[in-house]
Amino acid sequence: MSHLSVNHLLGIKYLSKNDIELILSTAINFKEVINRPIKKVPSLRDITIANLFFENSTRTKLSFELAQKRLSADVINFSASGSSVKKGETLVDTVNNILAMKVDMVVMRHSSPGAAVYLSKKVNSKIINAGDGAHEHPTQALLDAFSIQEKLGEIKGKKIAIIGDILHSRVALSNIFCLQKLGAKVKVCGPLTLIPKHIESLGVEVELDLRKALEWCDVANMLRIQLERQEIKYFPSLREYTMLYGLNKEILDSLSKEIVVMHPGPINRGVEITSDVADSKQSIILDQVENGVAVRMAVMFLLAGRQG
Amino acid sequence: MKPKVLLEKIQFDVTIKRLCHQLIEVHDDFKNSAIIGLQPRGVFLANRINKELQIILKNKKINCGGLDITFYRDDFRKKELIPNRTTIDFTIEDKNVVLIDDVLFTGRTIRAGLDAMLAFGRPKDVELLVLVDRRFSRHVPIQAKYTGMIIDSIDSQNVRVEWKELDGKDRVTLLDKS
Repeated sequence: MSHLSVNHLLGIKYLSKNDIELILSTAINFKEVINRPIKKVPSLRDITIANLFFENSTRTKLSFELAQKRLSADVINFSASGSSVKKGETLVDTVNNILAMKVDMVVMRHSSPGAAVYLSKKVNSKIINAGDGAHEHPTQALLDAFSIQEKLGEIKGKKIAIIGDILHSRVALSNIFCLQKLGAKVKVCGPLTLIPKHIESLGVEVELDLRKALEWCDVANMLRIQLERQEIKYFPSLREYTMLYGLNKEILDSLSKEIVVMHPGPINRGVEITSDVADSKQSIILDQVENGVAVRMAVMFLLAGRQG
Repeated sequence: MKPKVLLEKIQFDVTIKRLCHQLIEVHDDFKNSAIIGLQPRGVFLANRINKELQIILKNKKINCGGLDITFYRDDFRKKELIPNRTTIDFTIEDKNVVLIDDVLFTGRTIRAGLDAMLAFGRPKDVELLVLVDRRFSRHVPIQAKYTGMIIDSIDSQNVRVEWKELDGKDRVTLLDKS
């Protein structure tokens, strides 16, 4: 397979195993490119990409923008604050106005689940979902998979525990889809109030005990407690959460094997993960950030290469 | 239709040996030179030449790498292309670089290769070596300095270089596209 089966990257759900493998293998080449003395290639020099961030982002936005610049694309940035969205313009109108300026590809983050899918049906452009509410965050899942593959050699048969606020996390859902398609086993772990009902129907196991989850897994993906999305109290206090579900050096060192620690960022140091763990040798958090640029380059390169 | 064989067996070996001796005439012991094969199939020729040069020069280490040009192509939206590995573990700054590819046809691959190479430094000079030169078919003004053989062919024909390590035998064939 030398091309993607999709015209947009809306979610991992819509990708085939071949698509994911093609993106990951292309990302290896781009990782080599971004470690050269001259980190830029001219592949997308005739492409204009709009980054539409209707929701805050630092890492993802920078990573996308850097990836676009490394591919020589022209980039325009848009954030909802200070735009006509505040004046009541609809999503489709906003995007169509931007596309009228001859934009070839749209990278969008939006707080509503399904915003990217909706947009892909309404406008004539290639859409990349950079996070839609608590639904999907496909490029994060791809870069997580890439990082695991780089660290452990392969993903098939590996055990990955996703730990923390599963309910509000788009990273969790995309990761579950992605890792399962690549043949990994996935467990989710967190307080019962933060585990979505019926998540077992996705084929994942639920574990409420952090230590058991850690003993089981090869990789622990620690998620942030998304306080900004929590309208009610899901647990008595942050302190209690940290005591029960926070990953610290003591637990890590007491495990029978060495596991890999990941975190999609931003980290709440001292809440879901302590500083000494985040900065330890077992942590690949900064590799994830580096790989994010390579994976996003691969995604945009492959989508732009699709004919029609 | 059966492909027409243009080069095989002893002739093939002799051609590669001749190219090596021509290179040595110019580059002496390759102290300040590097050879770079273009992915995917130019790398086989580069490796073969590297091996041969080592025999002639008595195991002298030569800078030899493989360069992938996918991200530099001007036709990547017209064809679906899979990138390959770039394996250049030396700088080409101020070196005499020999770019190597199996077949020179329109010249577009070489054009992209010249671009791609610049990410690894500014070479002192660049030469081109090809096994087969399909003359009168260039789209850009590019010529090889060293050629294994020159052939006349038309657009509807395919020239294919096969390698022992990949295809089972060394030979060059000419095939009409169906």
